Amino acid sequence: MGLSGASTGAGVLNCCDGLLRIEKETELDQVVALAGNPNVGKSTVFNNLTGMNQHTGNWPGKTVANAQGTYRYQGRNFILVDIPGTYSLMANSEEEEIARDFICFGNPDATVVVADATCLERNLNLVLQTMEISGHVILCVNLLDEARKKKIRIDLKLLSQKLGIPVVGTSARSGKGLNDLMETVMRLTRSDQKATPFPITYDEAVEKAIELLRPAVDHVLSGKLNSRWVSLKLLDGDESLLKSLKKYLGYDLLSFQDIVESLERARSLLAENSITGDLFRDRVVTRIIQNCEDICRGVIVCDKEKYAERDRKIDRILTSRATGIPIMLLLLLLIFWLTITGANYPSELIAAGLFWVEDRLTEFFILISAPAWIRGILIDGIYRTLAWVVSVMLPPMAIFFPLFTLLEDLGYLPRVAFNLDDFFRKAHAHGKQALTMCMGFGCNACGVIGCRIIDSPRERLIAILTNNFVPCNGRFPTLIAVITMFFAAAVSGPFQSAVSALTLTAVIVFGVFMTMIISKILSKTILKGMPSSFNLELPPYRRPQIGRVIVRSIFDRTLFVLQRAVVVAAPAGLVIWLLANIHVGGISLLAHCADFLDPFGRLIGMDGYILMAFILGFPANEIVVPIIIMSYMATGALTDYESLAQLHTLFVSHGWTWLTAVCVMLFSLMHWPCGTTCLTIHKETQSMKWTLLSFAIPTVTGIAVCFLVANSVRLLGLA
Amino acid sequence: MNQKEIPLNQLPVGAKASVTSLLSDGTTRRRMLDLGVIDGTQIESLYQSPSGNPVAYLIRGAVIALRSDVSAKIMVNA
Repeated sequence: MGLSGASTGAGVLNCCDGLLRIEKETELDQVVALAGNPNVGKSTVFNNLTGMNQHTGNWPGKTVANAQGTYRYQGRNFILVDIPGTYSLMANSEEEEIARDFICFGNPDATVVVADATCLERNLNLVLQTMEISGHVILCVNLLDEARKKKIRIDLKLLSQKLGIPVVGTSARSGKGLNDLMETVMRLTRSDQKATPFPITYDEAVEKAIELLRPAVDHVLSGKLNSRWVSLKLLDGDESLLKSLKKYLGYDLLSFQDIVESLERARSLLAENSITGDLFRDRVVTRIIQNCEDICRGVIVCDKEKYAERDRKIDRILTSRATGIPIMLLLLLLIFWLTITGANYPSELIAAGLFWVEDRLTEFFILISAPAWIRGILIDGIYRTLAWVVSVMLPPMAIFFPLFTLLEDLGYLPRVAFNLDDFFRKAHAHGKQALTMCMGFGCNACGVIGCRIIDSPRERLIAILTNNFVPCNGRFPTLIAVITMFFAAAVSGPFQSAVSALTLTAVIVFGVFMTMIISKILSKTILKGMPSSFNLELPPYRRPQIGRVIVRSIFDRTLFVLQRAVVVAAPAGLVIWLLANIHVGGISLLAHCADFLDPFGRLIGMDGYILMAFILGFPANEIVVPIIIMSYMATGALTDYESLAQLHTLFVSHGWTWLTAVCVMLFSLMHWPCGTTCLTIHKETQSMKWTLLSFAIPTVTGIAVCFLVANSVRLLGLA
Repeated sequence: MNQKEIPLNQLPVGAKASVTSLLSDGTTRRRMLDLGVIDGTQIESLYQSPSGNPVAYLIRGAVIALRSDVSAKIMVNA
């Protein structure tokens, strides 16, 4: 990839507070911005052009940070920048600011606005706004295949004529039209002639005000930016833009006497026409929207009035009072059931394979008569932990993730947010928090980054601080393993996985419940405030590319787990082995630590080894169970444990009861976020205080809940 | 037209109306404008969430869920 640190960096473009660095390989490289409303398939276009693998999903806000990649076309390099989806460039949120700043100040050689063919008129709003800033705009009408299904026909030629910019039709998912797009981009960046884009004319008074201001602005800018657009924004008084403008230019436009005076005159002219305050923007937006309507007339033909009837029907079932929430729970249950049932067999197979390799390795070490401690470190320490992580953790993750991705691609997640919104409103939190929680299922660090879709800083912090109450992919296998060993065994046969799935669902629902409670408490204490208003788009359902999703995400997950296993589990195995084998005063270090933690561990229903495992699992939750196993085996007889039933015996021999299992699950659900998540939280909040709080809140909650559960059960004499 | 003006949140499910005025201000107002909610925009109330709030509306071809505090500030004729 031309964007690695090793690239020569002939030209470095800096923009957006250094949030984005574009490194060109050669001066000839062209920078292409990919803009568009949320959820129009920008990332799909991006992936298809660059061959990269930016995750896509059918919900608005999937891409929250700029991603970049390169493609070659006819011997030239193009650097494609996928910017977050926005409805407009009037920046109401951080991602809109990022998008706007890049289009305005990033100086892309071309800006491709991707639009949804099924919803073109509204998408044109952004197209027109982009055209106001830049002379190098291409409109890419995507999702043509879906439009066709809905009997929407679009006259692309006429649209191009009316807009005065190149228009390309694509169906990015199947790759249709992308060659055209690359050709058009190349032609636009190669030719010096500017297009003659459709001019938006505003009301007479607004136009006059712009003309009053423009000469002064033009004089100062001397061709650096589009002076008409800058004048418009000065009149609008868009503060966030003015700030970015100041940063970009290195000076404040409002420090020029000329501009200030003209601005005053222009404002009083507007006031004479009783256009003040919000009304100015109203007028501007209204004109743009009216222009969109005009442009679309004759361009879009709908053959069927009720083209979205099927989606409505599905929605009425998936979101109704009677069925909305039950279906949601059932889907969750189904996914868990498939995960648990499906993971059993491969888990055993992988375990058998890896432990067979272990035996061979041991034989080999004995053959070359390697010292026992080397064999201990390499096989009993590193290799065995690795094997455990891969065999116990990998299969559930490799099954859950694709299933979840399918739901995501289908467009179900926004419906979840829609269903749960009322709870979040009552917790004084943001409705999109449900989406960030869903992302947390995959990975809490991703969930935390995803919180950028929440504009209100207060609600965003709440979402960040509580994201860890959703168990990530690394914690699922822990939960599943504990459930399978201690609860599913109570029933026999085919119901086992059903019981496991039910238990797991209950744990998740409890996590969601805790999220609401903690959100509410935060809203009433350190993050006081009322819920902000927001709107949530429910995108049309899209048939997921099933085969592709499954292959892709199994592959991705496997790589992810293997990579983590090597980076985290192997060193952890080494540490554990050393702790278990370095003796001080006749007792191993591990036993020392565990003994020290033991009283506290018992107080909250666990033991010192388990607590130790959670602490050592800080770099990655995947290794918690393997560490417990390792430590028990290090202190007990060293036999091979290859199945969960044997593990159960091992655990019980170390004093586990069903209460221990419950407390381990609760603590797994509620303890500090993993190292990566903590780092991400620090990056996102830029504050040590919030990072520490995000560490403390789930931890304190977990300890309190475990303490309560353990001691009530003991008091009642149930365990 | 001599029709009654009501806030959007009182529009019954299944009914259509056109916007007469936008009462919200600040960010909320700008968001509504971004979605194309201006005077005369057609809005159809599609369905309620399980608790009745928010409600999904059809606005310019897109399905948008609005909490009642937002929709209460969009006046429509009915």
